[in-house]
Amino acid sequence: MRKAEIITAFILGLFSLGMMWKSGEGSAWNPDVSRFDNIGFIDGEGPGSGFWPFWLSVIMFICCLWIAYNWYKRTSPPSQSDEPFLDSHGIKLLLVVGGGLIGFLLSIFVIGFYGAIFCFLIYYIRFLGKHRWTTALLISSGIPVFSFFFFDIAMRIILPKGYLEPLFIPLYDIFL
Amino acid sequence: MKHTKRVFFTLVGIAAIAFSGFAGIANAWEPTKPVNFIIMAGKGGGADKMARLMQAIVEKENLSNRPLIPTNKSGGSGAEALVAANTASDPDHTIMVTLNSFYTTPLRQPGLGIDVMTFAPVGRMAEDTFLLWVHKDSGLKTFEEFLAKAKAEGSGWVMGGTGKDSEDNIITDHLNGAYGLSMKYIPYKGGGAVAKDVAGKQIHSSVNNPSEALGFYESGDMVPLVAFTNERLPLFPDVPTLKEKGSEFTYYMQRSVVGAPGMSPDAEAYFSDLFTKVYNSADWQSYKSKKSLMGDFMSGGELVAYWNVQRDLHKVILKASGAIK
Amino acid sequence: MDILASLFNGILIALEPINLGLAVIGVIVGLFVGAMPGLGSVNGVAILLPFTFVIQGFTGGATSPMIFLASIYYGAMYGGAISSITLGIPGASTAVATVFDGRPLALSGRAHVALVTAAIASFIGGTISTILFTGFAPLLASVALSFGNPEIFSLMLLAFATFVGLGGDDIPKTIFSICIGLALATVGFDIITGEPRLIFFEITGFMHGIRFLVVAIGVYGIGEMLWTINSTRSGPQMSKVDVSFKGIFQAIKDFRFAWKGTLIGSTLGFFVGILPAAGATPGALMSYGVAKLTSKNPEEYGKGSIDGVAAPESANNSASTGAMLPMMTLGIPGSPTTAVLLAGMVIWGLQPGPLLFTNQPEFVWPLIGSFYISNIVAVLLNLSFIPVFLWMLRMPFTILAPVIFVLSLVGTYAAYLDMFDVGLMVLVGLAAFVLRMLDYPLAPAVLAIVLGPIAEPKLRQSLLLSDGDFSIFFTRPIAGPITVVALILIFLPFLKWISKHYRRKV
Repeated sequence: MRKAEIITAFILGLFSLGMMWKSGEGSAWNPDVSRFDNIGFIDGEGPGSGFWPFWLSVIMFICCLWIAYNWYKRTSPPSQSDEPFLDSHGIKLLLVVGGGLIGFLLSIFVIGFYGAIFCFLIYYIRFLGKHRWTTALLISSGIPVFSFFFFDIAMRIILPKGYLEPLFIPLYDIFL
Repeated sequence: MKHTKRVFFTLVGIAAIAFSGFAGIANAWEPTKPVNFIIMAGKGGGADKMARLMQAIVEKENLSNRPLIPTNKSGGSGAEALVAANTASDPDHTIMVTLNSFYTTPLRQPGLGIDVMTFAPVGRMAEDTFLLWVHKDSGLKTFEEFLAKAKAEGSGWVMGGTGKDSEDNIITDHLNGAYGLSMKYIPYKGGGAVAKDVAGKQIHSSVNNPSEALGFYESGDMVPLVAFTNERLPLFPDVPTLKEKGSEFTYYMQRSVVGAPGMSPDAEAYFSDLFTKVYNSADWQSYKSKKSLMGDFMSGGELVAYWNVQRDLHKVILKASGAIK
Repeated sequence: MDILASLFNGILIALEPINLGLAVIGVIVGLFVGAMPGLGSVNGVAILLPFTFVIQGFTGGATSPMIFLASIYYGAMYGGAISSITLGIPGASTAVATVFDGRPLALSGRAHVALVTAAIASFIGGTISTILFTGFAPLLASVALSFGNPEIFSLMLLAFATFVGLGGDDIPKTIFSICIGLALATVGFDIITGEPRLIFFEITGFMHGIRFLVVAIGVYGIGEMLWTINSTRSGPQMSKVDVSFKGIFQAIKDFRFAWKGTLIGSTLGFFVGILPAAGATPGALMSYGVAKLTSKNPEEYGKGSIDGVAAPESANNSASTGAMLPMMTLGIPGSPTTAVLLAGMVIWGLQPGPLLFTNQPEFVWPLIGSFYISNIVAVLLNLSFIPVFLWMLRMPFTILAPVIFVLSLVGTYAAYLDMFDVGLMVLVGLAAFVLRMLDYPLAPAVLAIVLGPIAEPKLRQSLLLSDGDFSIFFTRPIAGPITVVALILIFLPFLKWISKHYRRKV
């Protein structure tokens, strides 16, 4: 925990600095306006376009320093704990679940939502959950079928199909 | 792997046969899947209302064999919609409802790499009109009184409008420049909110479209002083045009449907025909006259020529007001 | 007297078989759409808008189509609570605050109590606001008109103030959470300058800003789930869910303990709802904050307080009726859903505006009548479906968890039809998991992302109006008192904290 606390504070601090830099950006069509011209008060108008994001990021950065100070002084609970952020079991669990999620997300671009839902559910229910094949197959094919009728047909929300799109054209012929 | 591939192609083959069987004659292009109907504005605005009306007409009259699926992309003053259409994976099934930000946004954000002339000219459905509105309690009855009052108030006279460097801002800038006024312009998110703030006397005037201010006009809260059109509007026969006041300035908002760049000519012809039918429907015509919309249907080369004129016009206007270089 | 006669007539028309049937169908559709994570009333109403043409062709007038859409709207407000409580993902943006206490209740085996409380609170909220609507619509319309930019900003400040106490014990982390929420809310497009800003890595997806639902689903659907999986090893042993009818009846009887939250939610939600630009989400969050602020046991909040479920649920129903008011009398939508309803009214040939009540009484009164009817329909349907929802909770966690993940991704896509948002949602979820592990409070960030996009433009429009002079927030008759109260509420915890530390040192 202790290590994770300071690493996270450091990353969030970097993020705050990045936000400050990005907030100062002027307009795209007008190269004459220099960076950080928009973060102050404009006469008679109030705050410029970068005012809020910039100064909020400054406060965020100060908070990160404060968190780091608390870490040094060991006053916050995570900075006192010597337990690891994730034990070996936690790491394994997170890798398979988090990795599965990211795989799910990426596969949507290739095989579309319905294919990806099927694969993800099989992966989770059968291989992580260790349920029987029949349960796994039933749920992981039932949900995409239900979703297709709910979203694509009833709600007219067309979920992306990726490379499986040609397969759906006959279904559109029948149901739309 | 080989096996699955074969299964896949067989299925595609079956699909193709099934499809051609349903579609009948093969030479007329028809959409094979739901059409992505991008709206260049958020929910509830004038463009959104119109797009949903068009979609409803298509459904009601059963004009298309596949539904139009409206998608609001209002981000970045239409930039998000333009990019989405420009990079559409299937341009034949991607159409978009546009406003004047179709010209101004690519000019103001050159980094997007959008050339509006690459979009397919499906059809211009209408031109929306603009009027100058004030609250009835201001006691102003004519445009001349307005000029005198606004001049006296200087920057204390507040004009509200939708967005910065938008249609409303362009008209305000013109009035400021041509009549020596220094009205303050406050950008809002939507035209409805602008009209509400005029009716609630939070701001002094606006240049709303008739559809946005009609409710308050009928209740007598808001009074139109001048129209920015070529001729007087049938709905407001007593309101003079700025032209009658000796100015050459007129301004309209286009309401056009465009196809994504790279749309095939067959698809373009199909959608042009579809929207001609929508335009000619009784519902569209009654909406047009009720909301005081102008402009006839236009498509193909004629529409492209119209865009060219309009884009050049906006370039001049934006340059003059210092919004682009 | 005139009002009562018109209302009675309206209710009779709303009870005609066709209208009653449409109300029942609408409520059922709404319940489903609302219960689906990501999808809210706005999706249901927008998608079925073309269908209302068919109804209009059948019945003639605009009344029946409007009753249908309004029932969907109500149904969705009830439905939003269902996934907030059973799955821990906000079913709609309006139901985010319901997660705060609904989820802990469900985890401690009292899901039936939470669901019953949500249903009854929704009913009371909907009915109280309909009564207010019936009696005072024209008067309230003028209140809405008197709220200009400075007033709305000070109201947002007040909403924010009621939530200051929501943070954790770690002060820098709480402030960080508030600031990152507000800062991320500025991503996208700055309407005052008309320029895109904070477009990270020039990705066009950021142009529409970081949407509130993306953050809410990421934090609660992904982050919180991963945290649960990690902290309970494999899966939580959910205490036995009570699905017996006896349990449900007991919960209905116990509703009397939630009257205070319900009352706060019903009234506050309505008044926030009638203000254009605010809508039901800030209304629900504000009611939660006020209920906690005025509660005798504020420490119960966030751990399973039934007042914490009743307040936001009564508020979001109340606010949705409230939002109808500016839509009908001013033609201004107070929320995205009313924006679509407004489009519908225009398409059916009505002119919303101050004259609607006088010119179209044959439309207005049956519609108001149907508000009463559809609330009754909705609460009855909702209560009878509760055993079905509870049954879902009995699924093994290794099945429930992947289903929640799938619903989070599909729901995010369905809400905005944008794959970018889905990717961002997963990213937010993973980040939220890490922050949750390290005791960063996340609710303030979620709140800030709701209020930020309303508050910042209103602040800057006000300052444009006053030439940059901040006194505008103190000198205007309505804005002044609200601002002062908000500032007191914001600085109260700091003063308390300072005095505590000071005393400790002495």
